[in-house]
Amino acid sequence: MLEEPILQVRNLRKQFGTGCMECAEVETRKLEKNFCKNCGTVYACQDISFDLYPGEILGIVGESGSGKSTMMQCLYFDNEVSSGEAFINTPELVSNNVFELSAQKKRSIRNHVYGMVYQNPVHGLKMNFSSVGNIAEKLIAAGNRNVGQMEATSKKLLENVHIPLHRMKEEPRNFSGGMQQRVQIAKALSNNPPILFLDEVTTGLDLSVQANVLDLIKVIQRDLGISMIVVSHDLAVIRMLADRTIVLLNGKIIEEGLTDQVLEDPQHEYTQQLVYSLL
Amino acid sequence: MKTNTHFAFFDEGSKKEIRRAIMKAVAIPGYQVPFASREMPIARGWGTGGLQITLSIIGKSDVLKVIDQGADESVNAVSIKKLVHETTGVELTEQTNKASVIQSRHRIPEVALTEDQIIVLQVPMPEPLRKVEASEYMTKRMHAEDDYSGVWLMLFEQIMKYGKTATSADHPVYVNGRYVMAPSPIPRFDNSKLHQSEALILLGAGREKKIYAVPPYTNVESLAFEDYPFSVEVFEGKHCHLCGSTDVFLDELIDPETGETIHQCNDTSYCIEQLNKKAEAEVQTSYA
Repeated sequence: MLEEPILQVRNLRKQFGTGCMECAEVETRKLEKNFCKNCGTVYACQDISFDLYPGEILGIVGESGSGKSTMMQCLYFDNEVSSGEAFINTPELVSNNVFELSAQKKRSIRNHVYGMVYQNPVHGLKMNFSSVGNIAEKLIAAGNRNVGQMEATSKKLLENVHIPLHRMKEEPRNFSGGMQQRVQIAKALSNNPPILFLDEVTTGLDLSVQANVLDLIKVIQRDLGISMIVVSHDLAVIRMLADRTIVLLNGKIIEEGLTDQVLEDPQHEYTQQLVYSLL
Repeated sequence: MKTNTHFAFFDEGSKKEIRRAIMKAVAIPGYQVPFASREMPIARGWGTGGLQITLSIIGKSDVLKVIDQGADESVNAVSIKKLVHETTGVELTEQTNKASVIQSRHRIPEVALTEDQIIVLQVPMPEPLRKVEASEYMTKRMHAEDDYSGVWLMLFEQIMKYGKTATSADHPVYVNGRYVMAPSPIPRFDNSKLHQSEALILLGAGREKKIYAVPPYTNVESLAFEDYPFSVEVFEGKHCHLCGSTDVFLDELIDPETGETIHQCNDTSYCIEQLNKKAEAEVQTSYA
């Protein structure tokens, strides 16, 4: 393939706890799932490596506790990695391990290169600020100081995510869960980020709203060509959105490939179980 | 029982600690320096921050003026003056240009200050980011990382809600192009007086245990969006009903007899000065 990946992740590791003699060595350690019984250290992500190509949607599936969200949080700098490298292929950041950059640089990446949609809108939105304000926050953080411009951009984005404009000055806490999620998506898109993270965006929404949000994501990808990483434990969501899929189990990648291939012809025992347990 | 208090109430150790905090504040314009705010004979939130600065910088030859929202005779100003006078014996004044140290609550005098003067402002809420972020750990980090989007967002929200920035007082400012600072609840009218001020400006928050400063000739810029420029209170067509001044900060009052709205200088000593000048001029013309 000639195309350069926009995001390369190499050997991402994240552990909670200091580790002990028994679990220090990667090859010899015996863990209960991802948990060391001796010292209580949780190995949430173990040696995760993958590439994300421009314009593609990469799906990440796995059961609860498999390290999906931790990986996302590490990539978005909400959580510090224990070790590992990530490279973003933009002119300013090329060949820099972004995990090692200063806090300011990381913030600038979050504001200019990344967009994030959390599972719980409380994490991504300021519930007591207006919806326009929430979107403007990201624009302000990226250095915009023009109210008219920011208001126009926010309006356009809210329109795109089907929030009625007469409610744009309302606070998201007055909104339904689906609307909050859509405001969050609008906020994540405000700076035209080349990379968008979606963490269980449809979990907890009812089916018709889920369909709306998924549709929106699809449209965004098609129109804007944004690369996305979609984390979900819902295989239907992954099947609909993702071009390629990674299966995580106990913090490790156990299978990866084209979504159809992974879902139709699963190789790993766990993936087989996962696919066939689909109702 | 009359006990002899130490000069300027504090022991020398306390003064030294506060002076050190002040030195650091002057060295890093706009940065909030934590200090061990002491128990004072007045309650926290009543000017203890300003009072502690005043007491630790005042010397025997100083002349002190204390104002409370423009007034020299308010109870609070008078009791602070009394306390400082009783423990130091320094001369008190109401005339702005005669004072070497001016402690003020929420106003900067109308008369321009000079290099020989220090103005001490009392601050209730030194953290401009507090309304967006409750945790001190986080706000300190935000200051360190020059992350002021929260303050801008606050102003943006006000514009969305009211069509303009609605900070009646305490409009945040950029000091020396680096730190965003709460200028204490002075009216926006006074913000411009902070910019390139000839006098040293010290700000003290007793309850919040912070001291910060704007050294003389420092750039101070009020936060404003490109399309919503910073504006101050306007008193167009209004004048002080006592002295007739027009380009000053006016209080709006209601005449108890006629029920009419009248305006009056907020800075009482400035008003009296104008009246005295007028009287003098009248005397000179009528006896000439």
